[in-house]
Amino acid sequence: MEEMIAGRRRFLQSGSATTVFGLFVAAGLIRPEAAFAQAGWNKDAFASKSLNDVVKALGGAGATPTNDISWGATPEIAENGAVVPINVTSRIPNTQSIAVLVEKNPNALAAKFDFPAGTDPTVSTRVKIGQSSNVHALIKTADGKYFVATREVKVTIGGCGG
Amino acid sequence: MHRREFLQLLATAAAGGFLLDPRASWAQGERLYDVPRFGNVSLLHFTDCHAQLLPTYFREPNVNLGVAAALGRPPHLVGEALLKHFKLRPGSAEAHAFSYLNFDQAARTYGKVGGFAHMATLINRLRASRPGALLLDGGDTWQGSATALWTKGQDMVDVCKRLGVNIMTAHWEFTLGASRVKEIVERDFKGQIDFIAQNIKTTDFEDPVFPSHVMKEINGVPVAIIGQAFPYMPIANPRYFVPEWSFGIRDENMQKVVDEVRAKGAHAVVLLSHNGMDVDLKMASRVRGIDAILGGHTHDGVPAPVIIRNAGGQTLVTNAGSNGKFLAVLDLDVRAKHVADFRYRLLPIFSNLLPADTEMDALIKHLRAPFQAKLDEKLAVSHGLLYRRGNFNGTLDQVILDALMEVKGAEIAFSPGFRWGTTILPGQTITFEHVMDQTAITYPYTTVNEMSGAMIKTILEDIADNLFNPDPYYQQGGDMVRVGGMTYTCDIQGKPGHRISDMRLGGKPINADKRYKVAGWAPVSEEARNAGGQPAWEVVADYLRAKKTIKMPKLNLPKLSGAGGNPGMAG
Repeated sequence: MEEMIAGRRRFLQSGSATTVFGLFVAAGLIRPEAAFAQAGWNKDAFASKSLNDVVKALGGAGATPTNDISWGATPEIAENGAVVPINVTSRIPNTQSIAVLVEKNPNALAAKFDFPAGTDPTVSTRVKIGQSSNVHALIKTADGKYFVATREVKVTIGGCGG
Repeated sequence: MHRREFLQLLATAAAGGFLLDPRASWAQGERLYDVPRFGNVSLLHFTDCHAQLLPTYFREPNVNLGVAAALGRPPHLVGEALLKHFKLRPGSAEAHAFSYLNFDQAARTYGKVGGFAHMATLINRLRASRPGALLLDGGDTWQGSATALWTKGQDMVDVCKRLGVNIMTAHWEFTLGASRVKEIVERDFKGQIDFIAQNIKTTDFEDPVFPSHVMKEINGVPVAIIGQAFPYMPIANPRYFVPEWSFGIRDENMQKVVDEVRAKGAHAVVLLSHNGMDVDLKMASRVRGIDAILGGHTHDGVPAPVIIRNAGGQTLVTNAGSNGKFLAVLDLDVRAKHVADFRYRLLPIFSNLLPADTEMDALIKHLRAPFQAKLDEKLAVSHGLLYRRGNFNGTLDQVILDALMEVKGAEIAFSPGFRWGTTILPGQTITFEHVMDQTAITYPYTTVNEMSGAMIKTILEDIADNLFNPDPYYQQGGDMVRVGGMTYTCDIQGKPGHRISDMRLGGKPINADKRYKVAGWAPVSEEARNAGGQPAWEVVADYLRAKKTIKMPKLNLPKLSGAGGNPGMAG
């Protein structure tokens, strides 16, 4: 089993350093900020360690818990911690942006997506999750309010089932 | 033994006051299969047979602990608590089928259970009284025996086609590899068996790999059957078998499929599930519009459905045991476009009460013939009752652990908490086939590793969370890894990472930084596959051949905390 774990670690290390995102940008209408790294990169937000710090760095005061999102194909237990599919659809009216945070990663904010008015607020991306962690979907509405929904994603050694 | 002799034995045993309740008589055996037809839609269901073509012994667990919302609720009831909950008479044939109580003696009285030739007889009878009935296979059918392994599942495929299976979902099937599964589905099953799973998608574009459901008309009633494969196959088993497929629970997609089939006009919606019962119970509370879940995976023989109320009405949740021991009969009365009433029976298959179907018997003999000599090799005689089920260890697992430690010269051994594998009675000869019943997998490699104490703790914590996480969606449905050599304490109500404590080897505390020699088998990594360790069946068979007699092994069980008064534990 040790080799099994070592194998997983090596695989995780082979991924990029902190954030992997934007593989499936829905309909090409969404603008992942990383694609405009030079222009719109919010350095403070992406260097933040916690949900509260991210909200602050983005200019908000705090986030209200919500159940008005769907997690789609986001797993409860990751099949591969190096590429965990995250799927978020917001049902909150006037959703302007969706950010994905992995609480226990070295830097919590993995990706942030802005939605032009009239766009369906749905994102599908993949993130690296180093250890079992809460994943937060942080939603900002056009009137500047923040909402947060949370899903625990477990990263496990595997084996021994059934 | 012929059926008449068996019935006479039951009568004699009853008259002599031996073991059986005096009220038990052969008449009871007759009544067991007297299941009057009800309603207009009938579904027959078996699951998790693990390729056991012949009748076997199979002991149900005496430890099946539930935590949080599952505490003290089905399926987490064992022994007398289970009999009491389901109003089963102690000493009856059904009490024997559903519980571990008095297993050794009762098994001698009632004989072996299961066997596809005997199940075929029961299915034929039920089909005769229930025109249009469908036969559903919940999966874990192509794995668990030597012949299934050696024929890459072909023996089970041939038998299931002959049996008349209509619809199937899966779990261990995928350990034959994606291309073999595709080959069977596209070639052998074509036009005969629908293979369905709403929760398997391609890893690249999330495209469905199999149909999510099938619509059938039964006696004029449109019925939808939706499939749910085991959600955590690429985690619990090697991902390299299905590298391009992604699984998961996907209950939002389940809701979409239910809405879709209702819109298509289904009057009854049934889910054929390999989620495991705890996951099914949670799913039933969240997804609207499923009338019944015919469940498997966790091998729980649950005599009556659990009824879950939800926003769409109610959902029946069932689990139909394992190893070919049971056949479930769900009768639905569908009126005015919805399910008005139901009857459910989980029938134990006593091979002494149901004569073998001649055709099926001949087919099974034909399929086994090329392997018979190898299967029949006598390895050793067991003094004790050897079984596998239980959350923490079984006597048969202990034999595997003892073999691993002795043959590999390891101070600690790990063996996976598999829930399949047949039972061996005291005095019975252990054959090579019995060893394969416990070890026949496509990744049987044994491993020997130097592990730090900290690593050992991480592994135990990780697996304990798969079993005792309070949220069923985070469980995988196997049992705790069996541990040889080392003792520990497990707090089943502890938080993740804080359940395992007091790890000791030879009475001395395990040191986090010290390295220990640990033997194991069934690794899920590609590295271990490439290293190609000796198959577990060779190690166990060599050990048994050398010992010739196996004394009742001393079970290495953890000290438990947080389990006091839990009706999921007895004995």
